[in-house]
Amino acid sequence: MELLIFYPLAGFCVALALGVIFNKSPVGSAISLIGMMLGLAGIFVLQQAHFIAILQIIIYAGAIMVLFMFVIMLLNLKQGENEGWASREKNLLLSVLTGFLAIGILYKIWQVLFSVDMDTPASLPDSFGTVAVIGETLFTDFVLPFEVASILLLTAMVGAVVLAKTKLD
Amino acid sequence: MLENSVPLSHYLMLSATLFVIGIAGVLIRRNVIVVFMSIEIMLNAVNISLIAFDNYMNLSNGQIFSFMVICVAAAEVSVGLAIIIALHRNKPSVNLDDFNLLKW
Repeated sequence: MELLIFYPLAGFCVALALGVIFNKSPVGSAISLIGMMLGLAGIFVLQQAHFIAILQIIIYAGAIMVLFMFVIMLLNLKQGENEGWASREKNLLLSVLTGFLAIGILYKIWQVLFSVDMDTPASLPDSFGTVAVIGETLFTDFVLPFEVASILLLTAMVGAVVLAKTKLD
Repeated sequence: MLENSVPLSHYLMLSATLFVIGIAGVLIRRNVIVVFMSIEIMLNAVNISLIAFDNYMNLSNGQIFSFMVICVAAAEVSVGLAIIIALHRNKPSVNLDDFNLLKW
């Protein structure tokens, strides 16, 4: 039953991810990426990770993508600057490299996955992935990483302000 | 008791596919902003496998880890986009091939 939900969602995500890299204009890429984030939130719900799904929608599809759109609009890209995806001289070489990389990774994963039996579904407690359980783990075992994350975000904020200032003196 | 009937291998295949798409975007595209978006695709692909293993093993550590990944992604996006704006101010272009100041 869940497979019937999983396959359309996964196909949707992969199609929109391809849309991100094959779209000619950055705005189109950004909109595809928003769609992909929403699809991934659906997949996280399917994996019972409700808290992460909500975070995905709020932070990724909300904050980060708005920032992307904001910068795209701010830079005011002219039509001539929107290169097609095949505009580099060494692009053929890179494309072949990417192809090999893709085939290699997918083949290796395929090989490992179907030689080991990992498909016994775990039976989870009802509380799996709820805010209560995540919060308890976050504030007991992972307090130090949590505090370090706050310092990281503060540093990033200061760094962004300093970098985007008009005059560096 | 909840039961997840989607096998672990399906999630891992989806994660690998999205990761490869992200790598392809980084290697093929020359637009700075699209390359940056491809990095976001790769981060998200990792989140899927973290949560899939979490689900498989009945742990919460993987979800904390993907929470941290989301934090780092937010920090990275704010600093990265500030760098792109600063670059664009010095040289009005978004083509990666135009920025070769630090090359060799």
